Amino acid sequence: MTEFLLAAAAFVLATVALGLVRILRGPSDADRLLAAQLLGTGGVAALLLLGVATAEAAVADLALVLTLLAAFASVGFVTGLARPDAAASRADAAARADPDRPGEAGRGSE
Amino acid sequence: MMPAQDLFTVAAVSLGALFFLAGTLGLLRFPDTLTRLHALTKADNLGLGLVVLGLLPQVSSPLGWIGLIAVWLLALLAGATVGQLLAGALSPPEGTPARRGDPPA
Repeated sequence: MTEFLLAAAAFVLATVALGLVRILRGPSDADRLLAAQLLGTGGVAALLLLGVATAEAAVADLALVLTLLAAFASVGFVTGLARPDAAASRADAAARADPDRPGEAGRGSE
Repeated sequence: MMPAQDLFTVAAVSLGALFFLAGTLGLLRFPDTLTRLHALTKADNLGLGLVVLGLLPQVSSPLGWIGLIAVWLLALLAGATVGQLLAGALSPPEGTPARRGDPPA
């Protein structure tokens, strides 16, 4: 049974890896997000299979956290999508207000 | 462990893996974003549900069952919420072609 569960986990991971081709092809950012979503759910399924195969109960908690983070990633994407002007102007304002801040732009020069 | 339980596990996990394959194919082959979203959410939630269902007989402790089912319920809730949010954000405004691939009228 352990061998079967490990093989099933490998199969699910392989299909998810195949789905990542959608990230390369796009065409829109939403399509790429869908592939990331598939990676989240497929990763959860593979984690559960591995956890039962190795009799490691804590892996179910990891799967729970991964589910939560995948959902938050999508909610963050939709929030930015619904208000693109607000997100863009916020980023511009932050860059103009504090150009020397050791953040996005300043980090590369060090 | 009883062979009947193992048989059930093999059947359910295999079916779940098949749904993951179907979801991946839908994500790669369907023509626009909304249909891809449809393929992804359906196949993902059903695939994960079948995998969880198949794993239940292999776990002996009630706490393990609760953990597995909690993962699936959270995935269902998250998938339904994200599906509605994304579809609402992606649906075209009034007066545009119904599908993104269609030529403009």
